[in-house]
Amino acid sequence: MTLAVFFGCTFIAFGPALGLFLFTIARDPLRIIILIAGAFFWLVSLLLSSLIWFIAVKASDPRDEALQKGLLIFGVMFSVLLQEAFRFLYYKLLRKAIEGLVALSEDGCSPISIQQMAYVAGVGFGLMSGAFSMINLLADSLGPGTVGIHGDSQLYFLTSAFMTMVLIFLHTFWGILFFHGCEHRRWWEIAAVVVMHLAVSGSTFWNPLYVGSLVPSYLLMAAAATWAYLLSGGSAQNLRRFLLCLRSGASPQPGS
Amino acid sequence: MAFSNCGFEVGFDAGHLLHPGCVFPSDCCQGNSVERKIYIPLNKTAPCVRLLNATHQIGCQSSISGDTGVIHVVEKEEDLNWVLTDGPHPPYMILLDGSLFNRKVMLQLKGTSRVSGLAVAVAKPIPPQGFSPGLKCPNDGFGVYSKDYGPQFAHCNKTVWNPVGSGLSYEDFDFPIFLLEDANETQVIKQCYQDHNVPREGSVPEYPLCAMQLFSHMHAVTSTVTCMRRSSLQSTFSINPEVVCDPLLDYNVWSTLQPINSSGKVDPEKEVIIVATRIDSHSFFWNIAPGAESAVTSFVTHLAAAEALHKASDVHLLQRNIMFTFFQGETFDYIGSSRMVYDMEKDKFPLRLDNIHSFVELNQVALRNDSVLWMHTDPVSRMNKSVEARVRNLLDILSNSSVGANVTLQEVGYSQPLPPSSFQRFLRARHIPGVVLTDHRTAFQNRYYQSMYDTPENVQMQYPEGLSPEEMLEYVTDTAKSLAEVATVVARALYRLAGGANDTSAIQADPKTVSRMLYGFLIKMNNSWFQSIVKPDIKGILGDDVPQHYVAVSNPVNTTYLVQYVLANLTGTVVNLTKEECLNPEKTPSSEREMYDYAWVQGSLDPNSTSRVPYCVRSTVHLTKALSPAFELRQWGSTEYSTWTESRWKEIRARIFLVASKELEIITLVVGIVILVVSLLATYFINAKADILFSLPRDPGAVAY
Repeated sequence: MTLAVFFGCTFIAFGPALGLFLFTIARDPLRIIILIAGAFFWLVSLLLSSLIWFIAVKASDPRDEALQKGLLIFGVMFSVLLQEAFRFLYYKLLRKAIEGLVALSEDGCSPISIQQMAYVAGVGFGLMSGAFSMINLLADSLGPGTVGIHGDSQLYFLTSAFMTMVLIFLHTFWGILFFHGCEHRRWWEIAAVVVMHLAVSGSTFWNPLYVGSLVPSYLLMAAAATWAYLLSGGSAQNLRRFLLCLRSGASPQPGS
Repeated sequence: MAFSNCGFEVGFDAGHLLHPGCVFPSDCCQGNSVERKIYIPLNKTAPCVRLLNATHQIGCQSSISGDTGVIHVVEKEEDLNWVLTDGPHPPYMILLDGSLFNRKVMLQLKGTSRVSGLAVAVAKPIPPQGFSPGLKCPNDGFGVYSKDYGPQFAHCNKTVWNPVGSGLSYEDFDFPIFLLEDANETQVIKQCYQDHNVPREGSVPEYPLCAMQLFSHMHAVTSTVTCMRRSSLQSTFSINPEVVCDPLLDYNVWSTLQPINSSGKVDPEKEVIIVATRIDSHSFFWNIAPGAESAVTSFVTHLAAAEALHKASDVHLLQRNIMFTFFQGETFDYIGSSRMVYDMEKDKFPLRLDNIHSFVELNQVALRNDSVLWMHTDPVSRMNKSVEARVRNLLDILSNSSVGANVTLQEVGYSQPLPPSSFQRFLRARHIPGVVLTDHRTAFQNRYYQSMYDTPENVQMQYPEGLSPEEMLEYVTDTAKSLAEVATVVARALYRLAGGANDTSAIQADPKTVSRMLYGFLIKMNNSWFQSIVKPDIKGILGDDVPQHYVAVSNPVNTTYLVQYVLANLTGTVVNLTKEECLNPEKTPSSEREMYDYAWVQGSLDPNSTSRVPYCVRSTVHLTKALSPAFELRQWGSTEYSTWTESRWKEIRARIFLVASKELEIITLVVGIVILVVSLLATYFINAKADILFSLPRDPGAVAY
């Protein structure tokens, strides 16, 4: 019955992303387009970075384990930098798109703001990254066996699913932070995103010591979430009002 | 997904897939690395497949997506109790030691639902008491003895030929059974069992447990009638037919001492003596059929006798012709011989039954006790005076030919029927005088008849240590010497039978040739001699595995090809034709291509170069189809002809892995559902109250969420 593991891991990894997609993106066709284009940009960045890594591996001696490990670390770091570079390129593209949308609109206002685009682009990057990380694991989880015959941890599927979930969230928040930094010329915000991304990727080299990769990633996610919330106009006060509102069950007030 | 497969998952899980024990990218593109973390494939296995005849199905079957079970190693009978009653995690996949692979244990396993499959490890050493999964009475009902002909001999009433036979091959199992040929793989499985599955101090073994999955789903069911009907319906009406079974078929090899027109008919007055052996064997597992004593030694002796006969000087002056016939498929109710008799009756063969003067068959001849070779005859047909006279003549000639040789020929007498032999099919059609030569008087000397243990050790073929393959090819074993003596006796007897009057001392079988043939057919087909006598385009058939002699469904099999080429080499002549002339003999006026077969063979390697010197061989060797007449006549339920078919299948493989407890799986699912529900709810509420949560300063371009 490893159908159970398949569905369990799918829901863990992609459940939150599904929620985000259903309730905030699916209704608006423009957001869907931005989502898919964001996913595509991430894909291209992966293609280029893996091409470099592949050439490096083929050109090197496959039996030298230390060299191969070093090449892998190099590959990961290079890919992180390339992903962020493509995020920047996507930002540039969306900036141009806003000008076009303003020109096309009737009232001179773009139907979507750059902050919303940032959020959607982040979800796009996250979804594609999660898909690439998780799909082949899910395919293998359908079979009758579980990881472990060579001594690996039995929790492989579970921890991969949790890692994928945290990474999708992280990409979302990094999108918001990165675009905000580009918009307001705050280079240190961009640098912070790159450093956080490198840190999360680097922490995965601690695997199979899963505490070493999952705990830092979740902590970083909490930090990024808070920062993105504050940048998007949130505050502790708003949060308190939201929670009180939920508890009293009052209907939503019109925006002030 | 090639990138992610090779452990290069950017963003986070490079570390995930690069586990210290992982094999790194050079072979990354065969099977992805996650699959390699989970499964260990078992590569050197042989399955048990399903065979069908007119009324039954035999063999094994697995579910369409494989059968999985927790591994349990059974090395003594007490271990079976865990599987059958005590074990808490049924169904079990048993790793059975070869010594316990007997009828008693197998019937116990067949009756329970707690067994999902079986893997048998080859027994080392070979079970000394004998092991034969064949029937006690082989080919019963398809020979000559029935209720209408010699009823006292039918169904082995008088003599049980194979008393060691358990009949396991002819049982129907509903779980897959595989043979583990490689001792290293068996050790890997036992190690996994020791690490995870062993019940310690009476407590229950804990998850994760080591499990095995076997895939051997067979498409055909019930019987040949059903599967051939379904296949013919598919072939007739479907655009993409799904055939479910194939008849067992191959080719018989035959050759004559004096050339005959193979597409014409032989004169009715011309008499022919037929010498026959079978060239196939069988075992419980598919394509495992070493058949050393049951087939190989007999046809090797036959080939040596054919070579010896050709050395006689007046071969073309002999009064009678001699036909050397090698029948395929005899293990399965006489496919080859029944087809030849049918062709002779229907005039599709150059010879007819009237042409046959006598019949000599060589059955199992390698395990002679005190050098005695027994001559079996059919007591029922000998009640006829003329047949009796001719049989008597035949027996006398045979006895006289053994004078001076280290072979004693003794008659079995009237009390015994014929052992299972191709001669019985000829007797069904015509009362021909004939004799079957064997090394056993009553029951078989061969205690491993039609089993995987019928190996060179069974015929006491031993080589000294430390020989290279080429030295082994040339070394003359004692078995070879003994078989050469039998071949000499048979050849001399045939010469006399054919009317030869000269001195027979020149007719000698060569032990060197016999030894090379034994090496090639029992140990390694890919040797220098075989390489030099085959055609260039099929030299790929010489594999490096142990030779197996199963009749199979795609043809001709390696054994048939090699018997054909060896016979051509031993009895044919080298002719001085070029390659074009040899491949197109009809263009040469004097080639007489009706009488002869021309083959362009590779030739041997020059000692110091890598090129070969090919040449043209002219011989009288021909192949005729050995497909049971039941399939020609479309009588799939026939009880007169063999109706054996082999099922088709899509994939056959085996692998081992760990299985997790059900609790862990359910926990994973529940956690997933909880996270999904919580995140959907949270997102809904955040989205609904977004204006409270995100109150941006009023910005002309901004739109509320």
